Amino acid sequence: MQSGHLDHLEAESIHILREVASNFARPVILYSVGKDSSVLVHLARKAFFPGKIPFPLVHIDTTYEYPELIEFRDWFVKEIDANLIVHVKEEAVAQGTNPYSLGTAKCCSLLRTRALVEGLQKLQADAAIGGARRDEEKSRAKERVFSFRNQFGQWDPKDQRPELWNLYNPKVDPGESMRVFPLSNWTEFDIWNYLHRERIPIVPLYYAAPREVYVRGNTLIPVKANVNALPGEKSQIRMCRMRSLGCTPCSGAIESDADTIPKIIEELFSFRRSERENRVIDHDQEGSMEIKKREGYF
Amino acid sequence: MTTLRFSTAGSVDDGKSTLIGRLLFDTKGAYEDQIEAVKKSKVNRSGREIDLSLLTDGLNAEREQGITIDVAYRFFATATRRFRIADTPGHEQYTRNMATGASTSDAAIILVDAIKGVSRQTLRHATISHLLGIEHLIFAINKMDAMAWSEDVFNAIKAKLTEQSSRWPGAKLHYLPVSALDGDNVAWRSEKVTWYNGPSLLDLLETLEVSPAAAPFRFPVQYVVRPGDGFRGFAGRIASGEVHPGDAIVVLPSGRRATVKEISTFDGPLAKAHEGQSVTLVLNEEVDISRGDLIALETARPELSRHFEADLVWMAEEPLEPDTPYLLRSATRELNARITRIEWALDPETGNHLKANSAHLNDILRVSIETTQPLAFDPYTRCRETGSLILVHHRTNRTIAAGMIVRGTQKTVRTTESLAFDLGPVTPGERVERYGHMPAVLTSKDPDLLERILFEHGALVLRWQGDIPKQLEDSGAIIIADHGLEVPTDNTLEFLEAAGILLRRNNFISGEGI
Repeated sequence: MQSGHLDHLEAESIHILREVASNFARPVILYSVGKDSSVLVHLARKAFFPGKIPFPLVHIDTTYEYPELIEFRDWFVKEIDANLIVHVKEEAVAQGTNPYSLGTAKCCSLLRTRALVEGLQKLQADAAIGGARRDEEKSRAKERVFSFRNQFGQWDPKDQRPELWNLYNPKVDPGESMRVFPLSNWTEFDIWNYLHRERIPIVPLYYAAPREVYVRGNTLIPVKANVNALPGEKSQIRMCRMRSLGCTPCSGAIESDADTIPKIIEELFSFRRSERENRVIDHDQEGSMEIKKREGYF
Repeated sequence: MTTLRFSTAGSVDDGKSTLIGRLLFDTKGAYEDQIEAVKKSKVNRSGREIDLSLLTDGLNAEREQGITIDVAYRFFATATRRFRIADTPGHEQYTRNMATGASTSDAAIILVDAIKGVSRQTLRHATISHLLGIEHLIFAINKMDAMAWSEDVFNAIKAKLTEQSSRWPGAKLHYLPVSALDGDNVAWRSEKVTWYNGPSLLDLLETLEVSPAAAPFRFPVQYVVRPGDGFRGFAGRIASGEVHPGDAIVVLPSGRRATVKEISTFDGPLAKAHEGQSVTLVLNEEVDISRGDLIALETARPELSRHFEADLVWMAEEPLEPDTPYLLRSATRELNARITRIEWALDPETGNHLKANSAHLNDILRVSIETTQPLAFDPYTRCRETGSLILVHHRTNRTIAAGMIVRGTQKTVRTTESLAFDLGPVTPGERVERYGHMPAVLTSKDPDLLERILFEHGALVLRWQGDIPKQLEDSGAIIIADHGLEVPTDNTLEFLEAAGILLRRNNFISGEGI
């Protein structure tokens, strides 16, 4: 017997979250505040109901976050009574790390990847739960649900643990850790349909609104205090929304008038471009997501 | 809308990646920018405008070697169904990944190269898919374009596979002529094949029916929810069957019984829950239950044994170490286990049983397993979740084998060496500790009732007629005989407690019941 496929995905994710709670001493949820992590947190609430989520939400703040995102984050964790831990790679920020002088690859490596590995070490987290999905990007399609990381937080795509049925091997030695992806089998459509069905609040940037942007090819970069204009570039007002939330200088919006979830879903049906395309970082070198993941990026 | 999960397997050049690329491309499961990136790629092995195999070959290493080296999961949907593909490598050394992809699949697409005909790999893939419990085996006979869509070629391959079908009992077999390169009979019916009246591959996938697990209600306990306000629930995902409030259940391995009070969820209590649902069960009775326990209907219990036979797929480079205890995980239970005997090794290409003394990467073996504690299980063919296991190496933490339980085996006589590895023989003190009572010889006007009461409360209890041998008296058991301490037929347990025979009640069912 099989119920609707969203119910099936929900049940599978809840099972995974409970496996984490049962098998690890200091698990954390990596909370990026994006739509996928909103789903993740909602599922965690369901998994341990009527108890509280038994792990903290960790946000790696690159300091290039959208202000709307930070505002939403603080409201949401209060609303659901969750424990939030914010981690910033202070020394990199103090050294003035930015994508303009270092390039996006290096900036991202310092403010996101290194910050993440450092943050997890500080918390002595033996498991970090992330909202990544296999449909996002080619190298993610191969990732396990329980994905082993060595002492340096690195992934070895050639030596992954076999993962059969829903029988996971959570064993790690001190210093090693596990990344766990309860949304592995969800697609972007599933995420939106579920957000709608469950009425889960998300950062307003996902909804279309008139915004001041720089137009760079197909990508619109919203104008923010820490986004530099290119030489000679002028901002414009466009009706647009974000498909995924990265740092202000590196994640773009798309032109859209979808200001509700049903409209967004409709837009997705008629317009299929994978959502990471508007993130500059995935394209900076061939196979770039795989390289980041080997280094410890989520 | 339901999801069909299928795996794909094929040899290196069978065109498997092309077939998946074709399915994604023709159902718009691939995104435009990914297609653009593939079009721009310097590599094109297809001889066509676009090399669709590049849509699925994910890792850099694969792009370099031109082979798939791991399992990749892909998703697409049509108007009627949603699909998850586990794309598994066909290269012989990656059998373990093929088993991995098959473990969560309802159907398997097995690529057969029409030019080369049925290969050893074809039979290997079918056998492994069947071993992992896949119900539908779909033989996609590919590259028919290169064989001028010859009906004879197709029929010869089909006949050869049908000849072998007794090796896959219970599987439903399907045969299709396709061209992944051009798309014929993949997502649409080809007009080039006048002699074929069957569905296209996608039509078939859209209409396949998947059977539920054959076992009755099974609920492996994952997590105990205790928020501190008196609520106490047992969280898990239903492995098979269904459950309702009021159902009489049994907890294994303890054998304690209780009834379901509520099926609790975030969205409110349910009147019924079924296979695949993640729920939290609240019971009427206060029963000691923890992670690893299996809840079943009292009237439809799984097997419970420390000895069973299983088919293993060896997953690791390190060979089997005889007499080494491995960590066994099955559903939510974790215990120590040892492989006591290799019955045979299966040659997946011929189906022959071979003699084997050890296990190496990609071997398929029928073995006997002994665990330190009893395991509640079902045969894998009745329930994948309560019939599957993995073995983890204690030192390296690696998953070294995956197993499908075939049947429980009973062993009554055991030597000291085979006892619980290094725990040594069981002492009378350990028996008192486990069963919670002192040894005793009792008598009653209703010995049947007394035996039932003690048995249901987890006592080690035996009936005996005539003189009781000294050895039996020393065994730690409660013996019901025609002489001994007379036990009243009511308030039995209170009486035994007062007499100092029953040392604890805390582990037993309290409240209603006997």
